[in-house]
This record gives sequence, C-alpha cells and structure tokens, in this order.
Amino acid sequence: MPDTPNPPIYVTDALIAEDIDAYLAGHEKKSLLRFITCGSVDDGKSTLIGRLLYDSKMIFEDQLAALEADSKRVGTQGQEIDFALLVDGLAAEREQGITIDVAYRFFTTEKRKFIVADTPGHEQYTRNMVTGASTADLAVILIDARKGVLTQTRRHSFLAHLLGIRHIVLAVNKMDLVGYDKAVFDRITLAYRAFANEIGITSFTAIPISGFKGDNITALSENTPWFKGPTLVEHLEVVEIGSAVDEAKPFRMPVQWVNRPNLDFRGFSGQLAGGRIKPGDPVRVLPSGKTTTVSRIVTLDGDLDEAVAGQSVTLTFADEVDCSRGDVIAAAEAPPEVADQFEATLVWMADDAMIPGRAYWLKLATQSVSATVQAPKYEINVNTLDHLAAKTLDLNGIGVVALSTDKPIVFEPYIDNRTLGGFIMIDKLTNATVAAGMLHFSLRRAQNVHWQATDIDRDMRANLKNQRPALLWFTGLSGSGKSTIANLVEKKLHRMNRHSFLLDGDNVRHGLNRDLGFTEADRIENIRRVGEVAKLMTDAGLIIITAFISPFRVEREMVRGMLPEGEFLEIFIDTPLAEAEKRDVKGLYKKARAGQLKNFTGIDSPYEAPESPEIRIDTTAMTPDAAANLIIDRLLG
Amino acid sequence: MSDTLTHLDRLEAESIHIMREVMADAARPVMLYSVGKDSAVMLHLARKAFYPSPPPFPLLHVDTTWKFRAMYELRDRMALESGMELLVHQNPEAKERGINPFDHGPLHTDMWKTEGLKQALDLHAFDVAFGGARRDEEKSRAKERIFSFRTASHGWDPKKQRPELWNLYNARKAKGESIRVFPISNWTELDIWQYIARENIPIVPLYFAAPRPTVERDGLILMVDDDRFPLLPGEVPVERSVRFRTLGCYPLTGAVESEAATLSEVIQEMLLTTTSERQGRVIDKDGGDASMEKKKQEGYF
Repeated sequence: MPDTPNPPIYVTDALIAEDIDAYLAGHEKKSLLRFITCGSVDDGKSTLIGRLLYDSKMIFEDQLAALEADSKRVGTQGQEIDFALLVDGLAAEREQGITIDVAYRFFTTEKRKFIVADTPGHEQYTRNMVTGASTADLAVILIDARKGVLTQTRRHSFLAHLLGIRHIVLAVNKMDLVGYDKAVFDRITLAYRAFANEIGITSFTAIPISGFKGDNITALSENTPWFKGPTLVEHLEVVEIGSAVDEAKPFRMPVQWVNRPNLDFRGFSGQLAGGRIKPGDPVRVLPSGKTTTVSRIVTLDGDLDEAVAGQSVTLTFADEVDCSRGDVIAAAEAPPEVADQFEATLVWMADDAMIPGRAYWLKLATQSVSATVQAPKYEINVNTLDHLAAKTLDLNGIGVVALSTDKPIVFEPYIDNRTLGGFIMIDKLTNATVAAGMLHFSLRRAQNVHWQATDIDRDMRANLKNQRPALLWFTGLSGSGKSTIANLVEKKLHRMNRHSFLLDGDNVRHGLNRDLGFTEADRIENIRRVGEVAKLMTDAGLIIITAFISPFRVEREMVRGMLPEGEFLEIFIDTPLAEAEKRDVKGLYKKARAGQLKNFTGIDSPYEAPESPEIRIDTTAMTPDAAANLIIDRLLG
Repeated sequence: MSDTLTHLDRLEAESIHIMREVMADAARPVMLYSVGKDSAVMLHLARKAFYPSPPPFPLLHVDTTWKFRAMYELRDRMALESGMELLVHQNPEAKERGINPFDHGPLHTDMWKTEGLKQALDLHAFDVAFGGARRDEEKSRAKERIFSFRTASHGWDPKKQRPELWNLYNARKAKGESIRVFPISNWTELDIWQYIARENIPIVPLYFAAPRPTVERDGLILMVDDDRFPLLPGEVPVERSVRFRTLGCYPLTGAVESEAATLSEVIQEMLLTTTSERQGRVIDKDGGDASMEKKKQEGYF
C-alpha cells in the first residue's frame, strides 16, 4: 500500500452510524459538479481518479481484493496497489494498458457529489476529450512535474477552453518524484500562465499533488509546507457551478414533446436551457415569433410557482399558439436569433473526412435540419494553435467553417448558451455522429435574403403543359450507356408532345459549372448545382433528364431530397465495369489505367451503386431502345 | 452563490429529458421493467416525464418464472397504478425444456434473459428499449453510452457507439437496428435509495430485512421462496433476518444478513458496508474478468 497521508473524504462514518437521518438530510442538499480530467497516458490520470474513488470509499472490499490481486498480476506499481486498474474498463483496453474511450465515474464528498469524465489524452482521441468536456463545468489538466508543460497540455487546455469550460485546475502531479520542489512547481505554473493567456484562459488554479502518494488531494501535505492550499478536493467542493449563471440568463426552453393527454390539455414539455419562468410571464415561440403568456408549470408533484434553468417541466399557454417539437419558447422581450447561415467551429469525429457541399443532418437542441458545410476557412492545429489552410477536416480535425441549413433554426452563440449553440452533425447514410460544433454567429446574408412568394405555382405551370414534372436521374459508370439511353428517352418524349430538357454533364461544365474541377468537393458541388437547376426546371413544369456518373449515394439522395416526393426517379444503368471498360467509347478507361486520369470512377474512385433505384436497366440483357421504352412506361404509366 | 437545484434534482431533470428525447425518433419504444429498485425509479421518472399523459409506451417484463413471488406482486400493482400496458415474455423454448437455475447454470440466464429479451424485442418489433442500468454498477458499464446501439441481431459493438455531447442524442438508426436507452446512467446506488426515500416510491419488500427461510450454498445465502427449491439431503432451511441488495432470480440472488427494516437503515447499512452491490449476483462471475462486457456483446443488458 502507498502511504495515505490523507484522511478519507468521508469523515462522516460516525454520523452515518449515529444519526443516519441527519446525514441523509445533509446529503440530499448537496449540489452536483461535473468535471473532466485531462492528461496523457503517463501523467497519472487513472491513478488520480482511482485515488479519489478510493478515498471517498467508492471502492468496496471485494473490489479492493480484486484490485490487490490485479495489481500484483498486471499492475505497474510492483507489489503496491495500482489505482489505475480501478478505472480501466473494457477488456481490450486492459490488455493494452491504456484507456481509449470516455468513462464516467462518481464520487461524493462532504459537500458535493461529482461526476468525472475520464478521457484519454492521445492525440487521435481528441473526439473523446471534446465529448467529455461538453458536459463539464471544470477541467483538471494534469501535468507530470518531471516533464512540465508539454504539447498535450496545450492541446487539452485549448479543447477545454473551446468547449467553454470556465474553471481550469492545473494539477502538477508526481511531485513526489521531484522531491516536492517548490521551484519546479513555480516554474511550471509560470510557463502555463504564459500559454493560458495566449489562448484566452484568464484564470486557473494550480495545485501540486501526488495522485500515487495522496499529497494535497484531500488534505494539505506535510511534504509541501510551502503550499497553502486549497487541496484538490477542497477546490472542487467550493468552485462555483454554472447553474447560477445559467439562471441569470434570459428564459429559453426548447420544446421536446407536445403533451396532449386529452382535448382539454395541451402542454409543451422541455428542459429549461436558461433563465427562469413563472406563470404569467410573457413568452415568444420561435421561429414563428408568436407571443403568449405562460399559464401553468405542470408537474406530477403539482403546479410550480417557478422553474429555473436545468429543470424539466411542462408549460401551458394562455392562448392557442402553434408550438411543436423543435420550437423554442423564450422570454418575449429577449428572444434568441433565427438564421440559416452561420460561422461555427467544427470538430470532426468520423473516420471519413468531411465533404464540403454534402448534406448532413444537424441537431441543435431539439431541432433537426439538413445542413451543408463549406470548405473550412482554416483548420486549427491543436498542438501549435496555428491556423492552416484546409480543404476538408479529417478525424479529430478542428476548423472554422461556414454552414447553411435548409431551413432557419433558433440559436444563440455557444459562448452565451451551450444548449442553443452546440450541435452535432449526422451522416445521412450511416447515421453515425460525424461532428460536433459550436455556433459563433449568423452570417449577415442570411438575414437579408427572403423567399419571394409567386402567384403562379408549379402545379399551374405543369397543368398548362398537360404533364407531371419529373427528374429522370441516370446514374452509372462511364461508358455504361447513360447518354445513349437518355437521348433516346428524350426523343421519344418529344414525339409524344412532352416538354422535356436533357441536362448534359459536359455541357453544364462549359457554362454554369465552368469554375469546378474534378476533386471530390468539386464533383459534389457540380451535382448540387445540377440538382438545383433541375429543381427550378421541374418547378417550371418540365420533365428533366440528367446523365451524370454521380457515383456517390449521398449526393443522389441529396438531390432526391430537393424534390417533392415521387418526382425523383433514379435510373441505374447497370453495366459491369469489365463491359464498360471493354466498350471504352471515349478511351477514358485506357487513360485511367495508364495513370493519366486521376479519380476515375471504377478505377481509383468508388462507384456506389443504388440500393433501391426506381428503375434498373441491365444493358447486357436489353437494347437501348427497349430500355428507353421501359423508362417511358414507368414515367407515364 | 448557493445552488437552486440539488444533485437529485439535476439527475431527475436529466433522466426526464432523455426519456422525452426518445419519443422524437422512436417508432415503438418499450420500457424494460425488472421490478427491482432501479426499475422502480425509472418507472417513476417516466410517469413524471409525461404527466399528465401516462408514459406513451408499454412495460416489458422478461420473465424467467424464477423471480421472487413478492416481485410478481409489485409488478402487477405498479402496472395498474401507472396505467401502462404490461407485457410479460417467457421464452417458450426455455419453458418447454424446463430450463432452471439449479440444473442448467449459466444456460438459465442465457436462455430466459438474454434470448428471452431478444425474442420479446423482435416479437413486438420494439426499436427502442429503456433499461435501468447504471454506470457505477460495474467497470465496463462506466463507458456505456446513454443511447446504446445494437445491431439487427442485438449485438453490441464497442466501436460503433456514437459520441454523446452535451445533452444531444443521435437516435437515428437503420431498419432492423435498435437502441437501448439508459436514462439513469448517471445515478449511483446511493442516489437511487435517496430518491426512493424522497419520492416515496414503492419497492419490493425484500429490500428490507425480515425473518426469511434460507439456506447457505457456496458462500451465498439463498432464500427458499417456494417449494421448487431442491434441498440437498439433510439440508433444512434456516430462518435468518436477511434482505437483498439486488433482486433477480431467487435461486441466483444472494441475501445479506441484516436487521435494516427501514429505508434509512438500509441506506445506513449500504454506506457502512464493505462489499459492492453486484457481489450477491452469481452472473458477473461466470467467465472471469470481462464477463459483463462479454454478456453485453451477446445482447444481455
């Protein structure tokens, strides 16, 4: 056993034994602090957390027995207890001896209850730290006293600051290994202060500790007579929690669920994201902007006189005002902004890089919309904090971007309100959470461009032409026969007096898309523009035919999403690669094979075949004419 | 500055928020109800989340036919009180083969619970299932997400779990996939007890000490809850004052000797005790160190 100069965090065993009710009454009033510990593998982070759990008696005898056995078997501390083993969870990690994900731990002291997010410090796991930091009020930045401020210290501090953590603790660990030398502690604190100022951290609390020996964790250590406190736990117990600050903000409640048990009751359920609310308070429902007053705050325990930030409640209104999930109920006189174009910082969390122009789902509070991101203005190197030019963001990449949503959302800058400024992005195909972001402000152009309503609508235009508009979207490998069949289809439609238009890939690149190249991002933008043009033309009542390789499922789905249900017909010209390459009408495959053409679909760039196209044409089993007839039957039938 | 909300207030608000978020994307949600104290708290929170509506999903009890009798009584009472539909699933194959904890060891849990749960979820095509697991229960659960993704075959792949930031949950899923949602992830055992006391939540009386007929087997004190308990030759049930810290199948759940007959006394004993909550369960120990994680990958909670 290491020395334990500390008294246990629970000094209340006597009280528990003698007067449990008094103890419980006190415990019930405790507040909750969520914090994150940041450190790299060797900083002793797991040891520190293990120590906090151990000292607060969160470790039971059976777990301790297992721990002692494990320590001897796989521990790194010889015959002594390896506290790190207490908190290393998944089997794979234990074998590797590192933690690779976010784990949450719980402990209680005399004054507070704590939830600790335990996150790894490797560079490739920025995403885990960002996750853990998103809910934390405080960050403990661990430094190995022997090593001082390292690259990862800067990274951790930057991320903590980025996620809006207001309280930073600099825990200079392993003081026992530098002889509890005050000079070492002072030097590290000074170096850190210089760096912290640079990134906008204005205050922090530095504490010399030893997680292994227990110095200055719960009680001032005799080994550091030069340090007057507070100890780590003392500091955690008194630091101000964000709740008071949140309650002082204007009232906001994102609506999660409309509560309608019967025709006489219509309530709006949600968790207050800021401020406080009383019956009689005037409120504004956004984005509609309609105003009303709150009549009741309904809970199972009876109506409340007041609710504050953090509480989950159900509100009723004095008037019948439209309000549904995704709306935000806000203080009438201080509503948040509504916009559809923003500047944001994005943290990329997926193995697949961000694709500028691609549509992703964006979830902010209870709002879900479709959003596209432009190429980053710059990427931030988390080690040097330099701003770098970037075309995309890779896993763990952090960048400042402009993004636009397909409809306006209610938001506040992240620094003002985490709930209304923090968002996640979701891949539309895999449903994976690919990014987290923080909105800074709306871009001005969003405020000045409005939709103009027209008197003649798309149905009237289509009726005049005596047809239903549609977009026939041909997709397939180069040389599969798309253009041939598309041409035949248009000729036949023309003969049938149908108003059509064939949007040809090459032709479009001579004009509208002259500025685009053949990078992945440009190809996506090419498809997006073609989709927008096709949409305008269907609004005009036309039958549009397009013939683009359009290799990516997500982009085809993006165009499908632009059009009314049923008007997008995906036509898969299914020609095997070998067959297309054999035909090689334009000689492109030959060039690609010779390495003269880069990013050629089927050769060195993937083709994602449609999973359930409206029409599939097997060109090895059908003539172009038969194919065209089949398509027309389907369109008009 | 003093804090308006206590830690219990915050935990309650968080759990309610989670339950309401599920309603946005779920097609057919269900609440797994095991009748234990964690389930009791979860059910209570659901009633709060949707009041004055009843919770908009049924309760599902995956029954092994070997629960304590007192559990069946409370289960039926709570279903009635909450106004929720109660679905009870018993694995027909396990029933037919007469699978029981005495003769079949780990197979009992596997067939009745793990397989039974998968069957019930498939049978009713539930896409989201609320569960009462907590992160403080066991090491591998400390890293469990609140929204935990399962493949179409109910498997759990640690690499496919999504990051959870702020209070934003991504509940989108492909056809056939399902989500287990753990709304009380951040509660500890003490929080659960304290909340039960604060909110007066009904729990199974077995949590309180009383004289009960017991036998001792392999270091565990087992309660002889009905006459299906096969006594060894010469074995006679002994009356002991015992209570249970967790409840499962009675032949697999160890009791602790105790005089704690009130909530305060139970909490007192818990705080002064020196063994962890799950120690009375046989299930954690099958298969060594990583057994819970292995069970999760197979589809057990």
